[in-house]
Formats: sequence, C-alpha cells, structure tokens
Amino acid sequence: MSFLKHHAKFETNVLLLMVGILVTVIIGGIVEIVPLFTIQETIENVQGIRPYSPLEQAGRDIYVREGCYVCHSQMIRPFRDEVERYGHYSLAAESMYDHPFQWGSKRIGPDLARVGGKYSNDWHVRHLANPRDVVPESIMPGYGFMHRALAYDDVEARMKVLRLVGVPYTEDDIANAKADLAAQAGDANTEALLQRYPKASIGKKDRTTDQVTEMDALVAYLQVLGTMVDFSTMKPEAIR
Amino acid sequence: MATKAEKDSVSGQYTTGHEWDGIKELNTPLPRWWVWMFFICIIWAIGYCVVYPSVPGISGYWAGTKGYHSRSEVAEELEKAKAAKSVYLSKLKDASLDDIVKDKDLLNFALAGGRSVFNENCAACHGVGGVGAFGFPNLADDQWLWGGSLDDIRTTITYGVRNQNPNSRQSEMPAFGGGDALNDAQLNDIAEYVLSLSKHSSDAAAAGRGQAIFAGNGCTACHGEAGEGNPAVGAPALATGIWLYKTKDQKAQIIQQVKAPKMGVMPSWADRGLDDATIKALAVYVHSLGGGK
Repeated sequence: MSFLKHHAKFETNVLLLMVGILVTVIIGGIVEIVPLFTIQETIENVQGIRPYSPLEQAGRDIYVREGCYVCHSQMIRPFRDEVERYGHYSLAAESMYDHPFQWGSKRIGPDLARVGGKYSNDWHVRHLANPRDVVPESIMPGYGFMHRALAYDDVEARMKVLRLVGVPYTEDDIANAKADLAAQAGDANTEALLQRYPKASIGKKDRTTDQVTEMDALVAYLQVLGTMVDFSTMKPEAIR
Repeated sequence: MATKAEKDSVSGQYTTGHEWDGIKELNTPLPRWWVWMFFICIIWAIGYCVVYPSVPGISGYWAGTKGYHSRSEVAEELEKAKAAKSVYLSKLKDASLDDIVKDKDLLNFALAGGRSVFNENCAACHGVGGVGAFGFPNLADDQWLWGGSLDDIRTTITYGVRNQNPNSRQSEMPAFGGGDALNDAQLNDIAEYVLSLSKHSSDAAAAGRGQAIFAGNGCTACHGEAGEGNPAVGAPALATGIWLYKTKDQKAQIIQQVKAPKMGVMPSWADRGLDDATIKALAVYVHSLGGGK
C-alpha cells in the first residue's frame, strides 16, 4: 500500500491537484451521464406523444414566462398517494419535447401534469383572470392581463429553434404554423391542424374578445397536458 | 517538508510529520468506532448495489437480484390498497344505488369515499360542499339541471355534459341576439317576463308583453309553460329564483343569456378514469348534499 503515501505529491503541487480533480470528475461524469443517452429505456417508446401545436407552444412559453413552474409541478411520481390523486404517474416520454421540461420542484399549487380536460375552458379563463372567482380559498395570483392579444409573429422562428434541439417539426408544420395557430384558436379549418396535432384542444377559449389572446394560448396548452398517451391501451409496467 | 513522525513533547501526542515554518501538525486519528462504521457502510453499499438496480452499462444496467422497480412497487401498492377496500368496493359495485343508501355501513363508506373524490375532482368548479359558483351549478340546493335522482346524478357524472363523449348530456339553447332575432325592446320584455316568473319583475306591462314573446319563440318547449324547466334537456327552471349565472344586475344577465347563451360543460368522469364503484360513491355523496330528488 505504499502508493497511498504519494498523496503528498498532489497536496504540494497545485497544478497536479487540479489535473487530478479534473480527471476524477470526468470519469464520474462519463459513468453517470453517458448511459442515459445509450440505455434504451431512459425514455420509453410510447404511442401518442407529439410536439406541441403552435398555439400550445405559445401557451407553454407564457407558462415559462410567468414562472408557473415555481408553484406548480408537472411530474406525478410513482407513489400511491400521487397516482390516486392526480392520475397515472408521469412518463419520461411525456416531456420529451419540452425544452426545458417543466417538472418543477415545489407544489404550492397542485400538480398540472394531467390537468388537460379536467376543467372546462371557461373555468380556466375565469380561474386565470381571478382564481378566487371559482376557488375561494386559492392563493394563486390573478392573470387578468392575459386577455391581451397574443404576439405570435415569431412563431415559426421559435419552432425552428425547437427543431434545432430535437423537436421533430416538419417543414410543413413550420410553413403552416400561423394558420394552425389561428385555426386552433377559432373553429374553422381544423382538419389539417388535427391531422398534424391529434387531440389538440380546439376552439376559442377567451370569450372576452375575438382576437387570439394569451389566455387562448395558455388554456390550449393546459388542456393538452397529460392527455396524449392513452393509458387504457398502454401499460408502462410492461415496457418499463 | 519534513516527513518524520515524532512525539510532541508538550501534548505527548504523535505528529503527522508535516512541518511548516517550524510549526508541526498533531496527528489526531479518527475514533476507531467511526472508522469501522465507515468500512461497514462501504460493504453495505456494495451489497445494496448487488441487490438493487445500480451500475449502468452501455445499453442497459444491472437490474439487481431482487428485480425491484419503482413502477412495479406502485402497482403492488395500488393493488394492496384496492384489496384492503375490496369488501366494500365489491359491495358498491354490485349493489344498486338505492340499496347503497339503505345499507348504513355501505352508505357511510360511500359518503366518506365520495367526499374525498369530490374534493379532489369536483370542488374546483362546484365548490367545497357543492355550493357552486357563477356558471357552475350549486349541488347543495334542490334544483337540478339534469335531474337530481341518484340515477340521474350517476349518469351525469359518468358521461358529463356537452363533451366529446357520445353519451354525454347534450342540448343547445339557440341564440336570440343579432340579425332578425329579437330586438332590444323584445329582449327587455322577455327578461322582465322571466324575472316575473320568480316574482322579481318590477314592470308588469313589459312582463306581460314578454310572455307572448317567450311563448312565440319556443322558449316554453324546454323551459316549460310556467318556467318549470326540463331536466331531460338540461333546461333550467326559471321560476325558482335560483340563477346559474347570478349577478347583481340579473336582468342584464338574462338579456345577455338570451342573446348569446353560455352553456356549461362537464367532463365525462368515466373517461377521466374514475371506476364504476367510485362514481356510485360520488353520486351518493352528491345526492346527500342537497337531499337530491
């Protein structure tokens, strides 16, 4: 064990110590991180997960902008109490197109991973404008200013950036982005939209005005959360 | 640096042999028991890595001799919880709603279970205790849009109202605003008439004119001759003074509703994953809130 006595060489030579630390951290990093890219089951292969539609993506950007993740998680952990309250535990695949993911780390409000379809559009709009209108005991801030028009001139650029980091938007998706966005916030011509983005929540959400508002985008996003995977046919225990 | 370990003459302790500018470092070794605990922990960790999923490889990982997985664990726990409740749950599943209400034990179970499900899933709109809110029906009174019997409530919870489910409750009130529909004077009269049904009108003449407009536009087909409503199509009773869209200026609200009706939606809770026994418990709980029908 005499080689253990050589530590004095590291302790008396700053450069050698730094190189030693670097080598140690690199080895640790490789062992911990690289398998996540190569192991098959890091992200399960699940049917139904699709990139967000342009309107949903705009809503997601608002969700991030307003810091919703500070109080709301989007991660149902595989525990009995969470599964019984919120529904099926979250799968990695369900946030595979989230950049960055919105798992959050604290629940001042409830988890939102499966909030899609749980409440009506009207409820969401009123709840966002003033949460106390529908939930008297709520401590959530009001977001009434979101009745303002949604700025979506740069929607194609945003989709292109997402494509750069791995979201599979096609040329077709990007070319039709503005039309899809308008279609989802209205009622007309939704066939092509639904072809591209199945299960998207169609229709005007914010009834206070005819233009597309931030409220429309955010509610469209909330209404699709957790609804993409059909758990009546998908059994994650089997694929693990 | 000197590396000679020697005994320090002042403290009687050995030094580490390190010396800086004449100052020597005393060697104070960790207590024996601490060192042993340290080694035991290392051995424990090695055992843990063998038994549980641990070391990653290139395309897989060591799954552990025990075959542990957090997903199978939660599945087991859910199964266990279900088994613990199975006596009551299977009774709930088999019993008819009327029998549940008659069986005191089963009723207690249904009410307790129904309440916790209600608070998580229903209270956001209908309020804790079912008190309702603007646009979301009060469940604690005795007015029911889609019927207040146990079976009606169960159907409404199972399939919901005006949603994608083909069995959901469906109806649509026509809009009477704009174009060749009712003009402002007619809207005023019809609102006065609707208010007069619950004796809240202050303009008898307008209410009288409104009655003819009310009947002439087919309102009676759903809301009834005397505004008694029709649960088969979810048409609210207008003569009770209970307003789904209750505001300070009720007349303006009625006019708004006639011009461009708001119509509530409710999800299908069967589609959202509540099983039959849970929905039955929920129906019994909701029925108990306002006494039901």
